[in-house]
Amino acid sequence: MSLLKIKNLKTYFHTRAGTNRAVDDISFSINKGEIVGVVGESGSGKSVTCHTLLGLLPQPPAKVEGGSVTFEGEELLTFSHSQLRKIRGKRISMIFQDPMSCLNPYLKILDQVIEPILIHENVSRQTAETRAIEIMKKVGIRDAESRAHSYPHEFSGGMRQRVMIAMALVTKPDLLLADEPTTALDVTVQARILKILHDLKDDLGVAVLFVTHDLGVVADIADRVVVMYRGKIVEQGKTRDIFEKPSHPYVKGLLACRPTLETQYRTLPTVDDFLKSEVGPDGSFILSERTDSQKRLIGLRQELTGENVDRVHSTTLLEVKALKVHFHSGGGFLGNPRSTIKAVDGVDLTIERGQTLGLVGESGCGKTTLGRAILRLQPSNSGTILYDKNELTTRNQSEMLEFRKRMQIIFQDPYASLNPRQTIEQTLTEPMLVHKIGSNHSERRDRIVSLLEEVGLGSNFLLRYPHEFSGGQRQRISVARALAVEPEFIVCDECVSAMDVSVQAQVLNLLRELQQKRNLTYLFISHDLSVVKFMSDNMIVMKNGQVMENGNAEEVYKNPRSAYTRELLDAIPKSTHYS
Amino acid sequence: MTNENRTTPQGSSLWKDARSRMAKNKFAMGGFWIIILMFSLCFIFAWFCTDPNEVNLTNKFAPSSVEHWFGTDALGRDLFARILYGGQVSILVGLIATAVSVAIGIVYGAISGFAGGRTDAVMMRIVDTLLAIPFLVLVIVLQATLSDWSGDATRWIVENFNWDKEFTGRLTNVIPLFFALGLLGWLTLSRIVRAQVMSIKEREFVEAAVALGYGKARILFRHIIPNVLGPTVVYSTLTVPGFIMYEAILSFLGLGVESPNSSWGVLIKEGSNFLETEVQLLLLPGLFFSLTLFSLNFLGDGLRDALDVKAAKD
Repeated sequence: MSLLKIKNLKTYFHTRAGTNRAVDDISFSINKGEIVGVVGESGSGKSVTCHTLLGLLPQPPAKVEGGSVTFEGEELLTFSHSQLRKIRGKRISMIFQDPMSCLNPYLKILDQVIEPILIHENVSRQTAETRAIEIMKKVGIRDAESRAHSYPHEFSGGMRQRVMIAMALVTKPDLLLADEPTTALDVTVQARILKILHDLKDDLGVAVLFVTHDLGVVADIADRVVVMYRGKIVEQGKTRDIFEKPSHPYVKGLLACRPTLETQYRTLPTVDDFLKSEVGPDGSFILSERTDSQKRLIGLRQELTGENVDRVHSTTLLEVKALKVHFHSGGGFLGNPRSTIKAVDGVDLTIERGQTLGLVGESGCGKTTLGRAILRLQPSNSGTILYDKNELTTRNQSEMLEFRKRMQIIFQDPYASLNPRQTIEQTLTEPMLVHKIGSNHSERRDRIVSLLEEVGLGSNFLLRYPHEFSGGQRQRISVARALAVEPEFIVCDECVSAMDVSVQAQVLNLLRELQQKRNLTYLFISHDLSVVKFMSDNMIVMKNGQVMENGNAEEVYKNPRSAYTRELLDAIPKSTHYS
Repeated sequence: MTNENRTTPQGSSLWKDARSRMAKNKFAMGGFWIIILMFSLCFIFAWFCTDPNEVNLTNKFAPSSVEHWFGTDALGRDLFARILYGGQVSILVGLIATAVSVAIGIVYGAISGFAGGRTDAVMMRIVDTLLAIPFLVLVIVLQATLSDWSGDATRWIVENFNWDKEFTGRLTNVIPLFFALGLLGWLTLSRIVRAQVMSIKEREFVEAAVALGYGKARILFRHIIPNVLGPTVVYSTLTVPGFIMYEAILSFLGLGVESPNSSWGVLIKEGSNFLETEVQLLLLPGLFFSLTLFSLNFLGDGLRDALDVKAAKD
């Protein structure tokens, strides 16, 4: 018998703008001791499903419009608040995405881990503490006895997520709901957390509902996978079957558009290459497979073989030598700084004109600081930056002006990188005004229109404001703004990290296309090795402000020289086993 | 995304969105219309009333009649006219003091937050020092100093420009009050603006602006300040009633507007002398006063909800 059975569940959001069918008639079940991955992009309804189970959605605007959720034969949807409270944390536990904000900073770790036991079971504090420490050891917290008495801020992100898992499992629940538990973590940490979850499943016999946007993550650990798209389940089945022979075009597209270390495409396939989506007469979406998808893929492969551009005559555009950026923390108005953080600690790199240098590293390795220092957005302590034979480190902001035109940056968060009070036209006109590009209004307007077309947006967006666009569209606008000054060099700082894989593929393709058309040079910064591999000619791996490895991208992946690079490569979820 | 189906090329700015949210808030719109009504009464209708300072001792404490709608006070002056003229002073105090404090507060706070470092530290310590002095005491001292000046100013204007003496006197009597309140009201506002600027400064679009080579002034005035106006507007609507209240307190203590000029504070003070016999002398100005304050607060709350970024999601 299945542990949890969801049948025809419908959760709608009723807002001013209309009804949003967040979860629209879905059915699936989880057996005891099984891991089921629920995969979908943002807005697919995966998190809403998870929250509906425990009655955690704000109602209104959310409303369960129908269906049933049975947990060991009991109907959860009709439970009262007090009945639900007995289930929550005791028989069904949940872990969340952000381990940084899920722990109470004022309470010691031990007090937080024993809290669920004290609430749900009638045991002494002594017993609770023994059990808490036992489970903390199981999730891989070393010296659990002593570390249990520290506070959350003394733990790293990965350790905090372990604490969260310990908290969730300490009451020996039957089901664990994990809502994107590894999304905020580095790949190496993610790999460890996934292993812990997998081991604990066998050890404690707990079933796990693993919600994620990344198909690759569940490949290793899930027994079955449920793929959601726009509130509906498009495909579900055994993990192996989904990866080896997906039947739904959306799933095919999702699998293909994620760059892997073995990607052979020069241009990534997108979901649109597989899936045709039409709006039916009743406003719902009708999904069907493109008949020409195979032909399209063959076309993309051919681009690779056809594109053998001769890059022998390349010249060095950027040369960084022994660059150091140190931050001083502590100290007040008159005090001396107390500690120094060496964010970038003696980095050398060179980028050839028209090429892409990939920069990989985990969070806190100094990769973003390095990118900002090269653009002189961040003062450096020592070292040289030679851009087209010009020394940049000795220039002040006004002397940098001529280089601002030539060097640009695209940021990670498309929501924060556009001024919300300016229309798209104002956003794109301003750089031209500052750099005196275009002689009059109509000439500049023409340029904006062609820029927008170049990044794949129509000119009827000119008078719109940023909040009216989706994340992918905003990132295209950011790209257009960077291009408005006709730069030769662009720093892409994690510019696809916040996106769904299908949107990511489109933006990566756009960057590629622009590079060829305009002979752009990129410094491509990312934590995702597969993406960097897809984009780069050469690459460097950074750790603790220093370069661990550099060289030809292909070479680094085939024969990693440093142990750290090997560790990073091993940590990538092996969805590629299947394909 | 709710906007996908919209095909109109004209975008909707955050201000426009806020306006449409505001229009749906009944309390805020009620407050807005009452304030409009108060405005037209005090600044338009008042011109057609009888002279508020015309004394008629034979007709004191008259009940309400066609001639005197709200009756008359202890000196036989028309209460309705006095309330409307008093309203002019009270509302103007609120608005002008707010305008002065907003102007100083935005510039001071924005510079302090944008410059950061030592400049910021010094500027904020100055604010701390001023905040440490009790507000009312400071206003009273400033008001006293400026009032000495107001007598001289009246004489000078009347002699040189041949203005109406009574009108000029009324003007110079209240102007120090405007500035005394405004010059001190900006302290809190400048801290709010500074905090906002500091958080906006870290946003990526500001960094993008630096990377695009924009100058400091352009970044501050075109990219940062427009983004802090929302919270500033909200805070300043909520300070208007605060200033009106201060004016009333000062006038009640006999330090603000002086008789025979009227303001709501003056009228409430005069009314309180006859609390046992002629209660309408206190209640009627009090009613106008409270109604205006209520409406302003509702309007401010409505604006806050409408401009709140979190609420903007639905």
